[in-house]
Amino acid sequence: MNIIVCIKQVPGTSKVKVDPQTGVLIRDGIDSKMNPYDLYALETALKLREQYGGKVMVISMGPPQAVDVIKEAYLMGADDGILLSDKKFAGADVLATSYALSQGILQFKDFDLIITGKQTTDGDTAQVGPEIAEYLKIPHISNVIRIIKATDKYILLDMDLPEYTGTVKVLFPCLITVEKDIFQPRLPSYKKKIATMDRPIKILGIAHMDDKNEKNYGLAGSPTQVERIFPPDEKFDREIWTGSGESLAEKMTEKLKELKFI
Amino acid sequence: MDRLKINQEKIDKKTAEKLIELCPFNAFEYKNNKLEINAACKMCKLCVKKGPPGAVEYIKEEETGIDKSLWKDIAVYVEHSRQKIHPVTYELIGKARELASKSGYKVYCLMLGFSIFESAEELLYYGPDEVFIYDYKELQSFKIEPYTAAFEDFINNIKPSVILVGATTTGRSLAPRVAARFKTGLTADCTYLDIKENSDLVQIRPAFGGNIMAQIITPNCRPQLATVRYKVMESSKRMPEKNGRVTVCSMDVNKLQSNIAYISIAHKEIEENISETEIIVVAGRAIKTKKDMSLAYELAEVLGGSFAGTRPLVESGWIDSKKQIGLSGRTVKPKLIITLGVSGAVQFTAGMKSADYIFAINKDPEAPIFSVAHYAVVGDIYEIVPKLIEDIKIAKSTQPSTQYHVPVFE
Repeated sequence: MNIIVCIKQVPGTSKVKVDPQTGVLIRDGIDSKMNPYDLYALETALKLREQYGGKVMVISMGPPQAVDVIKEAYLMGADDGILLSDKKFAGADVLATSYALSQGILQFKDFDLIITGKQTTDGDTAQVGPEIAEYLKIPHISNVIRIIKATDKYILLDMDLPEYTGTVKVLFPCLITVEKDIFQPRLPSYKKKIATMDRPIKILGIAHMDDKNEKNYGLAGSPTQVERIFPPDEKFDREIWTGSGESLAEKMTEKLKELKFI
Repeated sequence: MDRLKINQEKIDKKTAEKLIELCPFNAFEYKNNKLEINAACKMCKLCVKKGPPGAVEYIKEEETGIDKSLWKDIAVYVEHSRQKIHPVTYELIGKARELASKSGYKVYCLMLGFSIFESAEELLYYGPDEVFIYDYKELQSFKIEPYTAAFEDFINNIKPSVILVGATTTGRSLAPRVAARFKTGLTADCTYLDIKENSDLVQIRPAFGGNIMAQIITPNCRPQLATVRYKVMESSKRMPEKNGRVTVCSMDVNKLQSNIAYISIAHKEIEENISETEIIVVAGRAIKTKKDMSLAYELAEVLGGSFAGTRPLVESGWIDSKKQIGLSGRTVKPKLIITLGVSGAVQFTAGMKSADYIFAINKDPEAPIFSVAHYAVVGDIYEIVPKLIEDIKIAKSTQPSTQYHVPVFE
């Protein structure tokens, strides 16, 4: 079974803030890591490979330094990787990102299954997986909580719905997005560090895609536009209480009584 | 097509460094005395606004846009499980009505399923002008291909300008699929929606994984899709009389084929759902050990409420992920919420700020949580909470009250 996993490099901290006076974004450290939800996707792929054989390939889109996230996937056990990196991908929203990834996925020779994480920690939209599936014209299942079995034709799994869980059989090729905790992700192996040191990472741009029309990528291919960014609303009627722990506890009890919670 | 243009003649080592420092996304690269923008750019335009004057320019090129007047009205996707309508639907109808009164648009509902006529009639008590239903055996259970096909058919026939979808598991699976099919924009988890005179939908959501809000529009594409979480918007009230009508739509059933087959469906075990409780105590990162979680449990217990936690506590395994509040967890709208040492990242506050009363306890007077709190209690949870639990117990024993009984604590 050939499996493609979509991964993303995200900021290591969520401490990006806006200075309320100047409107400038304040960046607290610039370390980055693999989106934590993608670890579950990659682990799912590695587990399936252990059981059924085949290859695990990873794909990411980002600036040149995002090769690190592909290397990290190699340390966990991925066989092959592509980084989509091109100045023309800049400013991509969900649609343009999904389109670029779907075009990148077509550059792998063949695949049965695509796995993505539930969402990213920087975008939090959970939309890229389903949009990739739409562009590739394959079915997708979101919120997969358990893989029951796979054959060469289909995969049997449990998915989470608002009021039910459903056991469904999906024919290959298909895309699934997996929930956190579907498997416990393994740690990167430092033995693999030496083994994968020379493993190539293909870096592809628009010139390598089937569709070379620049209008479909990056900002030009993005229907949504960010009109402005601003700090969360702080105009608010509030009381600020300070004092000793004891006096604060008393004050809270009084207020909770007054509001009839006690 | 809009783009950023770097005026290289204005760039030297110093201005390049300044821009690299300014960009929150590390999107500038300075090589061989040339400054370039890479794929990390999010088009926040800070380099244009705050950078050295004239160094980076925002070039707006005229779009040969679509004719927006061909796209009218607002559609709400009806989320339901076997005819049982999910309450987020009524909240979306409420919001849609508000946008409709501003724009003069009509409000439509779209319901997909099997044997759904009666449930569709029930919707008419909540104020849509018309409910469109696709009632087919193939739509009995949620399968992505037939659901997308029916949605596509609806959009092609009705041409709605705005489509609102509940951010449930199925909504978050279906909406992106539909958006990609129409190559249009979709904004996830909007916390605020408005409509401009030119029919552009103003969508605001927390962004970039930090304490930042982004205002997003879809200026050159229609329809405009947005998802909204349960318990974010005000619900439409049920009226004594129904209004409007149900229209049964028909389509080519060959388009309802699927490569997905259901083997079985299981009811979820009934579990405490923090979205439904009225009093919630939230544990945050200031809790030092797993044992100290008892502070949150006990406070919740004496108040007759539930306890919940933030993402770091879920990641460290101290609390179940079903009890996580925030964009990657649940959205709640209780009567009372007390946060214990929660710093208050926007990803978290977006999931709880519409609570009626928010008490936040935090040592740091600058903690962002205080910007959403009604009562900002500046102090150490380890000093306050044990005493608070005692005080509440005493208050309860001396003054028995029947005001709030929410027997949900396990």
